[in-house]
Order: sequence, then C-alpha cells, then structure tokens
Amino acid sequence: MKIVKYKITVLLLCFFGTILAQQTPASKQSETITITGVTAHIGNGEVISNCTIIFENGKITSISNSNNSNSLKGTIINAEGKHVYPGIIATNSSMGLVEIEAVRASDDKDEIGDMIPHVRSLIAYNAESKVVESMRPNGVLLGQISPKGGVISGTSSIVQFDAWNWEDAAVKVDDGIHLNWPNAFSRNWRAGTTEVNKKYAEEIDKINLFINESKAYNYGNKTIKNLPFEAMTGLFDGSKKLYVHVNDEKGMIDAINFKVNNSIKEMVIVGGYQANKITDLLIKQEIPVLVNHTQSLPSSNDDDYDFPYKLAKLLVDAGVLVGIQNGSNSDFQARNLPFYAGQVVGQGLDKEKALELITSNTAKILGIDANYGTLEVGKSATLFISEGDALDMRTNKLTHAFIDGRMISLETHQTELWKRYSEKYKNN
Amino acid sequence: MRKTLLSLVLLCSISIYSQEYFPVSTGVKTTNTNYLAFKNAKIIVSPTETINNGTLLIKNGKIIDVGTKITIPKNVTIINLSGKSIYPSFIDAYSNFGIETPKRTNRRSASPQYDSKREGYYWNDHIMPENNALNEFKFDEKKASELRKAGFGVVNTHIEDGIMRGTGILVALNSKGNNSERLLNDKSGQYLSFSKSAKSNQVYPSSLMGSMALLRQVYLDANWYKTGATENKDLSLEALNNNINLKQLFYAGDKLNILRADRIGDEFNIQYTIVGGGNEYELVSEIKKTNATLIIPINFPAAFDVENPFQADYVSLEDMRYWNQAPSNPGVLVKNGIQFSLTPYGLKSLSTFKTNVLKSIKYGLDKTKALEALTTIPAKILGKESEIGTLSKGKQANFLITSGDIFDKKTTLFENWVQGTKNVIEDMNVKDLKGNYELTIADQQFSMEITGEPSKHKIVVKKDSLKLSGSIKYADNWIGIIINESDSVYKLKGRILNDSDNLSGNAIIADGNFANWSAKKKEEPKKDEDKSDAKEISALNIVPLTFPNVGYGFKEKPDQETILFKNATVWTNEREGILTNTDVLVKDGKIAKIGTNLSDRNATVIDATGKHLTSGIIDEHSHIAATSSNEVGQNSTAEVTMEDTIDYEDINLYRNLAGGVTIMQILHGSANPIGGRSAIIKLKWGEIGPEMIYKNSPKFIKFALGENVKQSNWGAAEKVRFPQSRMGVEQVFTDYFQRAKEYDILKKSGKPYRKDLELETLAEILNKERFISCHSYVQSEINMLMKVADKFNFRINTFTHILEGYKVADKMLEHGVGGSTFSDWWAYKFEVNDAIPYNASIMHNVGITVAINSDDREMSRRLNQEAGKTVKYGDVSEEEAWKFVTLNPAKLLHIDDKVGSVKVGKDADLVLWNNHPLSVYAKAEKTLIEGKVYFDLEKDLEMRNSIKKERTELVNMMLNEKKNGAPTQSAKKRVKEALHCDTLY
Repeated sequence: MKIVKYKITVLLLCFFGTILAQQTPASKQSETITITGVTAHIGNGEVISNCTIIFENGKITSISNSNNSNSLKGTIINAEGKHVYPGIIATNSSMGLVEIEAVRASDDKDEIGDMIPHVRSLIAYNAESKVVESMRPNGVLLGQISPKGGVISGTSSIVQFDAWNWEDAAVKVDDGIHLNWPNAFSRNWRAGTTEVNKKYAEEIDKINLFINESKAYNYGNKTIKNLPFEAMTGLFDGSKKLYVHVNDEKGMIDAINFKVNNSIKEMVIVGGYQANKITDLLIKQEIPVLVNHTQSLPSSNDDDYDFPYKLAKLLVDAGVLVGIQNGSNSDFQARNLPFYAGQVVGQGLDKEKALELITSNTAKILGIDANYGTLEVGKSATLFISEGDALDMRTNKLTHAFIDGRMISLETHQTELWKRYSEKYKNN
Repeated sequence: MRKTLLSLVLLCSISIYSQEYFPVSTGVKTTNTNYLAFKNAKIIVSPTETINNGTLLIKNGKIIDVGTKITIPKNVTIINLSGKSIYPSFIDAYSNFGIETPKRTNRRSASPQYDSKREGYYWNDHIMPENNALNEFKFDEKKASELRKAGFGVVNTHIEDGIMRGTGILVALNSKGNNSERLLNDKSGQYLSFSKSAKSNQVYPSSLMGSMALLRQVYLDANWYKTGATENKDLSLEALNNNINLKQLFYAGDKLNILRADRIGDEFNIQYTIVGGGNEYELVSEIKKTNATLIIPINFPAAFDVENPFQADYVSLEDMRYWNQAPSNPGVLVKNGIQFSLTPYGLKSLSTFKTNVLKSIKYGLDKTKALEALTTIPAKILGKESEIGTLSKGKQANFLITSGDIFDKKTTLFENWVQGTKNVIEDMNVKDLKGNYELTIADQQFSMEITGEPSKHKIVVKKDSLKLSGSIKYADNWIGIIINESDSVYKLKGRILNDSDNLSGNAIIADGNFANWSAKKKEEPKKDEDKSDAKEISALNIVPLTFPNVGYGFKEKPDQETILFKNATVWTNEREGILTNTDVLVKDGKIAKIGTNLSDRNATVIDATGKHLTSGIIDEHSHIAATSSNEVGQNSTAEVTMEDTIDYEDINLYRNLAGGVTIMQILHGSANPIGGRSAIIKLKWGEIGPEMIYKNSPKFIKFALGENVKQSNWGAAEKVRFPQSRMGVEQVFTDYFQRAKEYDILKKSGKPYRKDLELETLAEILNKERFISCHSYVQSEINMLMKVADKFNFRINTFTHILEGYKVADKMLEHGVGGSTFSDWWAYKFEVNDAIPYNASIMHNVGITVAINSDDREMSRRLNQEAGKTVKYGDVSEEEAWKFVTLNPAKLLHIDDKVGSVKVGKDADLVLWNNHPLSVYAKAEKTLIEGKVYFDLEKDLEMRNSIKKERTELVNMMLNEKKNGAPTQSAKKRVKEALHCDTLY
C-alpha cells in the first residue's frame, strides 16, 4: 500500500515537471499485485464483498472473498470500502481519429467513398490523443475505434487506452465492418420536414449488389485483387462482424433479413432505437444491440420523455444481449459511459445488470470476452478501483486503474491544468 | 334570338366604359345608355338581406336599383332568372394576382452581403415601402378566369416580397376592360411581413426577432425623418410616411406571428389587418385581444396516408390533430366574435376553394358569416364598402348567378358578372335532360334513362328488361342518340324544345330507312335527398384541444394548489442546510411553512418519506422554446430580443419539467460580439410566451467572444464581417460603448435625438439597468472584456461557458463577475482545448458565484447530474454542488429574492425527487411552479396512454378518409432544429 502511494507521488512529481505532455504508458506488469478488502463487481451480475484479487503477468490469478493473509502476494493495495470493476469498454467511437472536431486538419474519421470496407481505422488511431487519456480517470479503458460516414464506412479495430502507438494499443485488429443502413425517412431541408425516403429500396439494392459481388469475388481465384471485395471476406467466414447502424423497426427487420439472405455469420445492430419492438426476432437470430447513449432525446415528440433512458432495460428484460455505445455524441463524452449505464438504473434496472451493459455484454458483442469484460481468473487484469459506486458521478472517483495488469496513470492534460491552477490560487 | 341580343349587349359593354374625353379613331363615337334587368331571381343583396323574386337593374357596370317593385326603364334588355339566385361576387383581400413574386437567386459560394446595394433608399434592402404593385402588374387572363370560376369578382394584389412591401392595388377581374376600368384602387394599402426580400442577399435580418426589431427601427426612423433632421435623402422613409394612412396589411401566416405583428402595431399605434395561417383556433382568445381583422386562408391539410403502419408511427400527434381540427378554424373564429375574411391564398388549386368553404361550413361556420367573409368583410378591410361587397344601389355590378344556395354542393355557378360584363361559367340555358323516358322508335318501345350533368349526359336504354348499349351526344340544343340492339343500330337526332320536356325527331333505323321517334318524360322520381346527403362524408369528430395543442399538452391548465409535503429531506440552500424529516407547506403559489408536524386542512398531503425536496433547477443558458436563436446579420444586434421569439409549444419545455427544471434563461446565440436580449422564462407548459416570461424580469443581454463571433468555423466565404480576430472584438465593444455613451449624453441633454434601439439597449448597460451574460472561452478575451467594462465603468454580470475561467478566476473575483459553465464539455473546437471539468470547482474555491449550465436541450433535463459531476471533479461539497444549478444561477440572474432556495415566502418552484438529487439514479416525481404541478410522474403515465389512444383514433379516421377517396399526403414529420449558440438563425 505504502509503496503504491509512494509510486504515485513520484509519478505525480514527474507530471508537474512535464506539463502538457501526454501520459507515459505503463510498462509490462512485472510484479504481482494483490487488491484486498474491496467490493468486487465482477461484471456478470455477481458481487463479491471483502474480496481479494490477485493478478500476475497481466492475468487475474485469484479472486475470492477469503481473507487469508497467506494468499497475499506482491504489492498489496488495501481497497477497503472501495469498489473494483472490470474496465469499461467504449464501442463505436472515433476517438483517436479526431482530436478537435472543428479543426479539419485533426479529423481522420471519414474517407471518400460509399463502399470502402478496406479502409482501416487502426492505422490512423492516435494512441497519444488527449481525448483518449481523458477516458481513464472514469474507468473507460478499452475502445472500438470505428470509421464514420458513407454506406460501408470501413473496418474498425479494438484498442486499449494506454499505449505508445496504435500497434501496441491493438487488442483485436480489424474486428468488424460498419454499415450505415439506409434511412426509411429522409430530410427535406426546404420544407423543414423528414419524409418517406423514396430511394430506400434502391439504396438497399446497391448494398445487395456489393455483397453479391464480394461473394462472387471470393469464389474466384483472386489473381487480380479487388481491395474492397477482399476486405469483405471476413464477414462470410466469421472473422469479422457486421455492425449495422440502424434505428427504425423496418430498417432493422430488413437488415436482419439481409444478414440471413447473405449468410453473414455475425451481425450487431448499432443504435436500435426501436429494437424493443422486435425483441423476439433479435433473440431468435441471436443479434445483439449496441443502443445509443442513454442520455439522449426521444426521437419523436410523442415518445416517452424517458424512452432513451430505459431502452436498454426494455431489451435486457426481454432477453436481448445489449451494450451501450456513445453513439453520435462527441468522442469526449464516452467518458460518461458509466453514467449512461447508471441512467438505466434510475429506470429500475439492477445495478450489476447495468454494469454488464458497458463491460461483459460489450465484450461479448465485440468478441473479446475471453479476455475482457469480467473479473475472472484467467482473464486480463483490466480493471479499476473507485472510492464509491462507479455508475454514479458523485462517487465515481478512481484511485487505481490497470490495463493487462499494468498500473496506468490516471493523470491527464486536464488534471494537470487542475493542479497547476489550484496551486496558483493556493499560493496567492 | 335572345342569343343575338345578348351578344349585342356584350359588344356594347365594351364601349360603355370608353371615357368621354378619349378620341375615337375607329368609327363613330357610340354611347350606350341602355339598361339590363335581371328578373324573377332570388337576390342575396347582402349576407343579411335577401329579396325573393326580385329584379336587379344595372347600367354602365353599376347597380341602378334592386328590389321587387322597381321601375324598369324602356330601353332595357330583360334576362329572366326565374328559379335562380344572384349573389354579390367574392372579394379576395390578399393575393399576388398578376404580379410575379421574385425568386431567390442562389448564390451559395459568394461571400455574404452585409450592406445594402441600393442608393437613395433605406439602409436595409428588405424595407421597400416605395414599391408600388401597379408598376409590376400585368392582368393575368388565365388566373382571372380561374378566380371567376371560384366566384371572385375583385382581388387585392401586391408584390409579395420583403418585410415592407410597398403599396398594392385593388383590381376587378374584368377581362374585357383595361386598367382604366378595372383598377378600383391604385394604392389599396401598405403590405408587410416578417420575411425578407428574395431580390436581395443582404443578411440582416436573418431571424424572426431581427425582422421585428427592424420594423420597429424603421418606424422610429420614419418619424425622425419627418422632423427634417436627417441630412440624406431616403426615398423609403418618405414613401413610408406617405403610406402610413393607408390600410396596413400584415402577412403573419401563423397564430403566434399574428400576436407578434399586433404587438409591433400596438407599439406604434397601428392596427394591422393580419393574414393568418389557418391555426388561429389554437390561440383564439389571445388573438381576439388583438382586435385585428384577419384574413384567413382555408388550405386545410390532407389526411396523412397511414396505411403503412411504419409510416403512421412517424407522424406526430400534433400534425394529425392539425389535420383533424383545421377545418373548424373559421367556425371557431366566428364563435369568438373575430372578424375575418376568407382567402384562397395558399391553395394549390382554386378548384378546391369551394370544397374547403363547404368543409368549413360543415365544421361549424355559419353560412351568413361565410358570405360576409367573402364579400362585405373584405370590402371593409379594403375600405371599399361603398363600392363593392353587396348588391345595393350604386355599387359595382359584380355578381354571381347560381342555380341556388351558393354554399350547397349541388349548386351550379352559371355566370360571374364583373363590372357589368358577363362571364359564363356554365351555360344556364342548357336544358337538363336528366330523367326517365318512354322511348318510341317507329313501333318499337323502349325505356330510357338519362343521367349525369348536361355536358356529360349518359343513357341507359332497356327493351323490356334487356339492357341495350347506347350513347348520347348533347350540344347546341341538339341531341344525337345511338342505340344498339343485337344486329340493328338506331341513330336518333332531335332538337330540344324549350316548351316541352318531351323529346322527338327522326331516326335512321336498321334497314337505313327514316322513322320518327319520340321520348315522353316520365314523372320525376322523388329525389331521395336525405340519402344522397348521408352518402357524403359527414364532419368528423374534432378531437379536443390541449394546452399547448401538442402531445403531452394539458387537458386543463394546472391550478394553484395547497400542498403539504410530509417528512421529506429538504435541500434548503439556506443557512439551515439539508433538513431531514421535514414538512413543507405550499400555499397561494408560495412556500408558506417549513417545519415538522405541519398540517393544513385544505392541503393535499404528499408523503415524501425517503424522498428529497429541492427548489427547482435554473438553467442560466438555454436555447429551447425559441423559434430562432441568432441574429447574425450584424456584429451587434442589441436591438433584438428573445422575448419576441418564444415557441411555447416546444416539447422540450415539458421534457425539462420532467428533469426538475423550472426556470431558464433563453439566450441569444453567439454569432456576434453583441448579441440580443434574453428571455428569462418559467417553464409554464400550457401558457404562451408572454405568460412564461418571468414577472418583472431583470434585463439581460447576450455578448460573445471567441471563434463564433469571428466566424472561424463558418467556412471560407465568411471573411468579410468585422471582426475576424480577437483583436477586432475588443474594438467592436469599445466602438459601441463609446457611441452608446455619447448617445446617452445627448438623450439626457433634452435635445432632439434619433431613437436607436440598439444604442438604447447598450446605454442601459452603461446605466447599470441591464446585465451582460457573455459567452466566453479563453482567458485573453475574458480578461479583455472585463477591462473594457472597467473603462466604461460597469461590471460584466456573468461569463457563460467561461471554460478558461479557472485561469483568470482571481481577476474575475476582483471584477465581481459570476461564472456559468459546462460540467465537462471540451474538445469540440480549438478554443476548448484547455477546458477542464474542474473549472467549476476552481472558480468556486476562489469565491466566484458559479453555476452549471446546459446550452443543450437534452443536458438541461439532467442538470442535477451535471452538478453531481462537480463532486467527482474537484470535490465540491454536495450542498454547494446543488446550488450550482439552483441558488447560484438565481443569483446570477438577480432573481434569488423570489426563487433558488426553499425558504418561506419564496415562489413554490419545487421538485420532489425519488433519490438523492445529485445522483444519476434520481428521477423527478413532481415539478411545481408557483404552487402549480406542471409535471407529475403519474400524470405523465396517463398522458402516454391517452396519446396512444388518440393517435389510434386519428389514424383510423385518416384510414377512413382515404377509403372514402379523399386526397392524402405521405407521412412526414416537422423538424424543429436543436438550437445552440452557433445556430445561424
């Protein structure tokens, strides 16, 4: 415990010397770490009070509520009265692809072209982004970085948020292709209305054509490469998931039909505003939903004022696999993911179930649940300790965070400025 | 013979107008002094006077006499109208007949135009009182014929372009004359609107509130010009001063805009006649108070096509209701004693005009009132009641000849006479052959039925019971009938006789020989009128209005209640801090008592055990409930006010009540250094804007700094408006305050001065009568504005956003300015790079009054959580954090004497939470404003159910409507843009 405190002080001192620089990534876990006396929120619904967690070489080796002092190993962190959670996962984010939204030069999230599955987000991901580092003090430690725009926007990858570069950051390379499903309604700017999209069928035809061409290409000998078609291969062998961004009931049903007809192995619905109307279908076709961030407005005036607050609960109650994503919100808002989940608790969802929406469920949906998403023996020690309930902004106060067993800095550009100016006024 | 006579009359009528002093070069000078008498007609002289079996005598386009016993001169042509009716023809008080409306030229890539390009006129291109419709007028024969077909005889027209549009003309739809005859008034009135001219790209005004401010300033300037104190020539102001005594017609196009237009009129002692939009029934008592005569369009919306349930879901309740309720608009106006004329303005096709008038009647419009709205009232609006509108002696011979009641579906309009000239719509001398006949051809017997209208007659011929195919042609009083009977064909022809209902003639029969034929008309089968009426779609149930008339509107406005909250945890925001197990009594809109074991016999008791009671949330920075949020046309727009632009129907008002918000400052946006004045509102859902505005509201204005005011993110073309750098921003402020100071000195000196709304507002700041809330980001500019204020000896009241406030908190404290900031926003533009979530806590620790604001219609409804974030970021105590969204914004807005804490005597603006109010888990259960419950979780559930029910009811009605063949429109949704600081209107 003392050692850790000392270490943190040393780290802090370093930061004051290097104001405005990014945080230095932690090096590989070399020493066993034991957290004791903590309330552990496993991420699968289970809570273990007075828990001891041990991790070595980046993996959790023991987790139990026995208080056997013999089992304590390595650096001891006494977290009595505190809470430990699996690292929160941000999905469908353009974090690291955009630094400042209004500055075009810093924006790399959208490439030219309608059907560009071959365009990969990973290589443009800025591991040193100030936005990325600002996730960590709230417990958001992993993210799916996805390109935006067009019909097929490109291919996403999953990264962890403490790395020197994109290569080191990568957790799962090229995990999925993102498809923006055509809207059933389109905007008529002149009339100030949205109206039935008369080109809906035509737009779907284009997608079908592209899929069919991709399949045909894959049957061929591929002596002459076609990059876009080549990139689609993963959808048919299951190595990539198809993330379909769609919100309306009809669009979702059409998209699911499209998946079945084209023998796409795995599909995820992103958005799913009306998913509560088709839960049976979602369950039958085993299609999970990444709902929009809960702190958003209802899309129709007549909808319940709290509909976005409770959509995730409606889906959980029906048995659908659900996660929460940051949606169309600015990337910096992804640090509010714990509170997006907390919002659903206010609608009557059990707290541990709500935690799953941003940890284990998300890990399952992204296909990284073998290593991430819950606190279980054998999984990566990607977790954080909070002084209180992490889903409530009043009590989400991190003391430690670990990614693959590495104790990462919780300082950011923002905490540095905080300390610097607090100091200024203290001295005055 | 009669035909020839009529043609003669028509020929003559062309020359009856020829002016006495005009030379004639085509023949001899002819003067026609003959009369025309229409006899035996039912004459509707005026909506309230009918003469049965009367005579209308006209000459030279004028009515000479009308009555039952009038003297008929000998030089007269008599037209027998027995069985027919004569009505005064209709008058359209608002149109653009014969005048092409200018089209906007799209100049997207060009730099915006901030200055006027005219010379010798007003500085703003959208002010054109000097325009005269006559210069642009070209009689539109095709349109005139359509209008006559719809029953119109006289129309009022103008150039439909700009905010002040100049004068219009009143024209008779007399195709046979020329302007010298048909022009009833070459300056029929002056025309105004809130919409800019399509001919000019001058940016100002870019918003509704800008249009309103501009109108006010123009009136002031015209008055100043009149005094002769202006050195330059201004043809616009001269024209306005000349036009000011004409009729003033204002196109509002919507219920709220009617109130807005009238407000401006009141300020300058002008009573406008106002053109509405068809939704006046929603605010009828407020509109009645304007005392304005209205001109009301009747372009009722078509039902939505809701056969596809996915699309049906998409249509909002308010739009469905509008379809259902709109036809009742004219009837509702009559019932409330509002004077109005009806106009076909806005109808896609004039052929639907009658349909819609009849629909209004079916939905409650009295027929007499309908006729008034089409004749006498428009005549009065145009000040021409002595010349048009009725058929009394001396008026223009503008009348309609019909087969009967003009407001009956089956009635035919035969002729539309304009200024004594005839226009045939349907030939009234064509005999209707409808009926059953016994047909004899040679010795063969048949039965024949003729159906349909005269121009489209059809026949059914039977021999015994065997149906034969046949056809009939009928024109110019001749009929031809062809009948096929197995191999034989009968070809019949015959002339119609005026004195008999029977038909006869000769025929060519099967063998090619001639034979006589005759058809004897059987007695008219009794018309089953009731049955045919029943077939017509009857008026639908009108769903009741709510307050406001949208989803989640109240059936009845909430009453002030006496309420006793028992056993609550009360966050007082006062010295007492957070009290547990405490009772709070609400009475007469105020907090009456706070204590334990309180009781009141009349109170509704609410068990608040385990719950938290707080004062209502106050958002210092919001843009909800506004039609526009930015006037971007100038770098200073202190003359505009958000109070002009409140949209009381914005659903976000309700959603924010559900988040415990009771008060918001609706701010102007940040498109210019000096923005517009604020509206501080209480979220009184169900009331209209002026009722929501905080009583004796402190005066505020929005200022702004940084990227928005220097247009950094507006695109490459936007580089012409000063300032383009932070350096320039300082100069804008210095310039305006210096001018305001000089203005104020002149004003106070008692010498004459030109009243300037912008400088008036800025002088209020210098005189400490108005407070500034300034949108701000980086420290340099924050510091700068405080120095400018110091120089002019006033204080900045609030820095809003103030994201780098933490860097200059000591200087802010010294200046005495408050900070209203975001909890955790950053990274969206360059100037927020150093925005940190610890900002609120640092400013607070330094001693600044700190508020957390939203600037976002979603975030504002969770402002309690945003305050909760300051506990996380910077360890602010919970009690102080709560004040960030209640007491502190109340202090910043100078309303903390009445709101912002739970204190005896303060307004009962209270929220009952089911959980710790700073927690993400908390839900507002009840939100009260002045003792009225505006949000209640249980009531909300009831409303959800009733919305579902009403939607189903309306969808079924629309499905029926479609089944009955009514036209439909495809599903759509009106979109209200989310307004932010940088929304450009």
